[in-house]
Amino acid sequence: MAFTLYALIQTAVLFTNAIAVLHEERFLSKIGWGAEQGIGGFGDDPGIKAQLLNLIRSVRTVMRVPLIIVNSVCILLLLLFG
Amino acid sequence: CDFKSNVRMRNPAMDSSEPGQLFDDTSTSAGPQGAGHSGLDKGPVAYTGQTVLSDPMSNLAMAYGSSLASQGKEMMDKNLDRFIPVSKLKYYFAVDTLYVGKKLGLLVFPYMHENWEVCYQQDTPVAPRFDVNAPDLYIPAMAFITYILVAGLALGTQNRFSPEFLGMQASSALVWLIIEVLAVLLSLYLVTVNTDLTTIDLVAFSGYKYVGMIVGVLAGLLFGKTGYYLALLWCCASIFVFMIRTLRLKILSEAAAEGMIVRGAKNQLRMYLTMAIAAAQPVFMYWLTFHLVR
Repeated sequence: MAFTLYALIQTAVLFTNAIAVLHEERFLSKIGWGAEQGIGGFGDDPGIKAQLLNLIRSVRTVMRVPLIIVNSVCILLLLLFG
Repeated sequence: CDFKSNVRMRNPAMDSSEPGQLFDDTSTSAGPQGAGHSGLDKGPVAYTGQTVLSDPMSNLAMAYGSSLASQGKEMMDKNLDRFIPVSKLKYYFAVDTLYVGKKLGLLVFPYMHENWEVCYQQDTPVAPRFDVNAPDLYIPAMAFITYILVAGLALGTQNRFSPEFLGMQASSALVWLIIEVLAVLLSLYLVTVNTDLTTIDLVAFSGYKYVGMIVGVLAGLLFGKTGYYLALLWCCASIFVFMIRTLRLKILSEAAAEGMIVRGAKNQLRMYLTMAIAAAQPVFMYWLTFHLVR
């Protein structure tokens, strides 16, 4: 139960990595979670599934480059300090 | 909303108090005193000032140093305001003793309070000291620190205390708070709620459960395990009711909040979300305190 702030940062990085590696063509479209399947109706209420797909797509687009940097820093820290 | 009468009741002596002012202006009262003191100090300072200021190089260095310091301060203020909205934070600390007392009573016994709406004044919410329903950050911050100290006290009475425990407990509780706020933010985004709940509001609401935890742990210290369970049960029920009544007005639509049963999947989902947030509070309260009371 002893959480440090560094554990929280590690958890966040791992979660974001997990979302970023979901491949658009090979995986998401196969299970019906592709990008074009989310923008179903332009009604007033997108619904939970559309919001979730939107979130996954935007995380993958926005966090690609920062994740490269953060992962490199984490690898460096692990190599140097164990 | 009897916001105006509150203002007049509490500030009878102040002539120029506007309701929108967050903090009392005490700058004018300190003026004459400052002038008097500097008059006294001018004597000895002038002597040493002569010897220092006569050297032009040190004069230049002093002027340059002071300008550099003021530049640095300006830059830091400007950048700090970008990351932490300091002016918005000030709103959450504009409290007074009466508000704190009433809010603590409301957290422990919310069953008699009838009007849970937040008063507004020209589209901006009123400062917490004028409205007992407004969220503040003073009580959560103080309750968090008190919780850490009480946890140390509880472990000290059982001879399990060590100094690094305080730091670990503090960071643990902070991490759970951050996780809870992020989970609530994520679920609010997924359900597409059009609400004016800011992140700081959510931090404030999540911090109110520390009051109940403190009461539970103190009861456990004084009366043993049965006292701890009874006090915790009471505080869990109160926080549950408090959360539901407060969040209902912010998350649900107007009609549903007034008690009329509005059919529709959207409102049902929002009601489930409110109940889930409220039900998470007792779970956290138990999770963060049960290892302290043996």
